[in-house]
Amino acid sequence: MNHRPITEDDLHAYVDRVLEPERQVEVEGYLESHPEVAKRIAAFSGQRDLLRAALAPIADEPLPAELNLSRIIENRRRRAAPVWWAVAAMLLVCISGVTGWIARGSMMQAQPGGLIALAEEAADSYNVYAPDHVRPVEIRAADNAQLVRWVSSRLHQPVNVPDLSTAGYRLMGGRLVATSHGPAAMFMYDDDHGERLVVLTRPMSTDQNAPMLPQSKGDVAGFAWADGGMGYSLVGHSSAESLRPIANEVRKQARTI
Amino acid sequence: MNDMLHQVEPLIPALRRYARALVRNRAAADDLVQDCLERAVSRWHQRRDADARSWLFTILHHLAINQFRRAAARGKHVTIDETNEDKFGQDAVQEQKLIYQDVLNKLAKLPEDQRAVLLLVAVEDLSYADAAKVLNIPLGTVMSRLSRARERLQQEIEGAGDDASKNVVQLRSVR
Repeated sequence: MNHRPITEDDLHAYVDRVLEPERQVEVEGYLESHPEVAKRIAAFSGQRDLLRAALAPIADEPLPAELNLSRIIENRRRRAAPVWWAVAAMLLVCISGVTGWIARGSMMQAQPGGLIALAEEAADSYNVYAPDHVRPVEIRAADNAQLVRWVSSRLHQPVNVPDLSTAGYRLMGGRLVATSHGPAAMFMYDDDHGERLVVLTRPMSTDQNAPMLPQSKGDVAGFAWADGGMGYSLVGHSSAESLRPIANEVRKQARTI
Repeated sequence: MNDMLHQVEPLIPALRRYARALVRNRAAADDLVQDCLERAVSRWHQRRDADARSWLFTILHHLAINQFRRAAARGKHVTIDETNEDKFGQDAVQEQKLIYQDVLNKLAKLPEDQRAVLLLVAVEDLSYADAAKVLNIPLGTVMSRLSRARERLQQEIEGAGDDASKNVVQLRSVR
């Protein structure tokens, strides 16, 4: 009568009411002739009903104000607004920095301005390209060799693409991005949950060697550092600290060019 | 933004229910859901999954697991809410509540990974494939965990007499 043997998976699917109607009939027939199994399956169905009934009232509770989605969206918008002003202000500083050499010189001595600028560029690239559904990268990971040739020739430096697969991130690809300090190579990665990371690298005029420092801009955070004249910044949509092991990995790989 | 509101808002009660069933503390569970919603709002345009439901459950589950790990590392304990809040209910209603409380206590004895599968599948009606996505495990593992969870819960329910009452006494004496 049965075309396919009844499996344990079928029995659970029966409990969860997700079987195709024909299969449902077959399982019912099987249970009729196997009372021991039928008893077990009835107990599982009983559990399911009981759990659903016990937990149902939670979903009926009125939502507390903190879980009001419109409010969460509004709060975020309010928090995000000052960030754009900060970006605009930062751009002005950058422009005046480029035009006024004296101002720039004095600023650079005070703090690792080269690194800060690099981390900002990485965050800006993240904000522009990471949410892009159509074309986050110019050259896909499949054409890795072409990508490496392209960015190495434009940066006049041998660039290698970090492999972050041990950290669970796949290379999506990369592109060349414009910065006020010349071209930079951007590589983008993602994990199984769609979380994206960006690594940005370019030659440094200041801070040619600088230790790894945490950086953040808005809700994009990560690390920046420089080794042997090349600057690197790794950023993502999470806390800088959680990215530290990945940043260490990028640095380790970049040193072995 | 409107699109997000329409897709996410109706799912909030289910997210609360899942979080509460996992952590068993209203305030801690709602904090997780709030965190989940904030992330969802900021990453809405990055999601590649067309199905907002399994995407949200994935975010929430990760937050819950991280919290479990942090709490375990610090040796901290989240207090379990007592649910008998209104003392003026009718006897039948009270009795029903005790039965519910009892099954939730038994569920809480299951290992966290088995509990998560059972809740996602049997209570939240996620498909086996979606549960696999949320838990980041293969489909076969979902099925074997689900099977183990059901067997284990049944043992807890059937062995109610001796074992469970001992545990209740222990819990009470700790408090």
